[in-house]
Amino acid sequence: MPVNRDTALAWMRGFAGEMAEHRQELVRLDTAIGDGDHGTNMDRGMRKALERLDGAEQADAGAVLKTVAMALVSSVGGAAGPLYGTLFLQMGGAMAGQEEVDLAGYVTAWRKGLEGVQMRGKAEPGDKTMVDALVPAVEAMEQASDLDGALRAGVEGAERGMLATVPLVARKGRASYLGERSKDHQDPGATSTYYLYTSAAEALAG
Amino acid sequence: MKKLINGPDAVVQDALRGVEAAHGDRLRVSYDPAYVVRADAPVQGKVGLVSGGGSGHEPMHGGFVGPGMLDAACPGEVFTSPTPDQMSEATKAVDGGAGVLHIVKNYTGDVMNFDMAAELGRGEGVEVESVLTNDDVAVEDSLYTAGRRGVGVTVLLEKICGGAAEDRRSLAEVAELGRRVNANGRSMGMALTPCITPASGEPSFELGENEVEIGIGIHGEPGRFREEIGPASQVAERMVTPIVEDLPFSSGDRVLAFVNGMGGTPLIELYLMYAEVAKLLEGHGLQVERNLIGNYITSLEMQGCSITLVKLDDEMLRYWDAPVNTPGLRWGV
Repeated sequence: MPVNRDTALAWMRGFAGEMAEHRQELVRLDTAIGDGDHGTNMDRGMRKALERLDGAEQADAGAVLKTVAMALVSSVGGAAGPLYGTLFLQMGGAMAGQEEVDLAGYVTAWRKGLEGVQMRGKAEPGDKTMVDALVPAVEAMEQASDLDGALRAGVEGAERGMLATVPLVARKGRASYLGERSKDHQDPGATSTYYLYTSAAEALAG
Repeated sequence: MKKLINGPDAVVQDALRGVEAAHGDRLRVSYDPAYVVRADAPVQGKVGLVSGGGSGHEPMHGGFVGPGMLDAACPGEVFTSPTPDQMSEATKAVDGGAGVLHIVKNYTGDVMNFDMAAELGRGEGVEVESVLTNDDVAVEDSLYTAGRRGVGVTVLLEKICGGAAEDRRSLAEVAELGRRVNANGRSMGMALTPCITPASGEPSFELGENEVEIGIGIHGEPGRFREEIGPASQVAERMVTPIVEDLPFSSGDRVLAFVNGMGGTPLIELYLMYAEVAKLLEGHGLQVERNLIGNYITSLEMQGCSITLVKLDDEMLRYWDAPVNTPGLRWGV
């Protein structure tokens, strides 16, 4: 399926569905090493994003992602609002003006999104953040030869990165206050990022 | 979970309705985006002071809006930073032509959201400066953490900078004074019990029946260590010693001593703690010029307290004593 306005809408609806379904899981992960609000905040933010998507005609996939970005920035708060807001803003900017986004355009958008997240949050790989899911996913996607392959590579890379956060000591965000005690917990931000990839594969594949 | 709420999703909005009902004569409440602002804002020629943060720490920050302290406060969801649109609307609402100072506690979310808000404000032609508070000695300050948390010093800084802004000092001067207060302030907290956020309905951490957590954060972030509870004199010593050693405070220093309740501890215990703190400070040769005792930066219904010391200079003392008229702090009016 091509990446266009309608499939991007389906992707965002799917992601909102994942955030609602996994709200308690994300709250539980965040309670262990953070402040326990990640699931609640992402669910609230994506519900707000769907309201805005329903409320106005979107020009293209880029516009869809930008609308989601602004909804998250203005409704989520915490660290997730600016970070996911920046991710979608950068991705939307990279896709803007294209009726159909091809493989190169899709992968480039993810690279831009990752750069935006790192600029905003100053996190490096290994800091136990969403960057740990994004980096292997984007790198794997950049090796793909077609869109379906990129979608699969994104899910596999993000999953690998998410699971690899378990033994890490957090160096960014509230989890960093725990020091060594942040070990043996999966990072909630990397987990929500993984669901962004599974929902992309669901909505955009085939 | 038993709480006096109508529903977990409406806690902040519903509480703002109460603030408006109680203080509508001197505060104005905006609901979307959410912020509380002085009724007479913007005050022409005065630096505007905007702070904000997650809710659940009342009276901070909304209770400190008024003459002599903040011009506006942006409440986020419980324990969640407010958003850039709230902060930038509040910034515009208080800009009286002398610029706006953002007072930001050092938490990842607060810093990122205020950064975005400052970018938005500057884009609209408002001069914006930021002061960061990071006074919690319980946290190791290193490149490998998010840095020290902003806690009790925030309240004192908002009062002192508020006095300076009311005195029509410039944005650069108020910001510099704020940085000096933060640089000379240190805090540490402790918990007897966890708290329960309305959204999660679960205690933020587990603590044994006879255990205390020393170095707790205001969102239930873990502290330095846990131990079996001892007498108040021992608990006070566990906090005062690391605070004094950290700055370090030296014999002869003049200080402002602040014993703050976490929300669920009665004043009788806070005054009892203050007696222990005052004795310890005397032992260190510190001269307590002023004190503040009560629930000012809380953590919902958590039981416990925090101690903050600021090494005072004449300017800080003058602006601490200046009149203030807010729901949470009021004197000299």
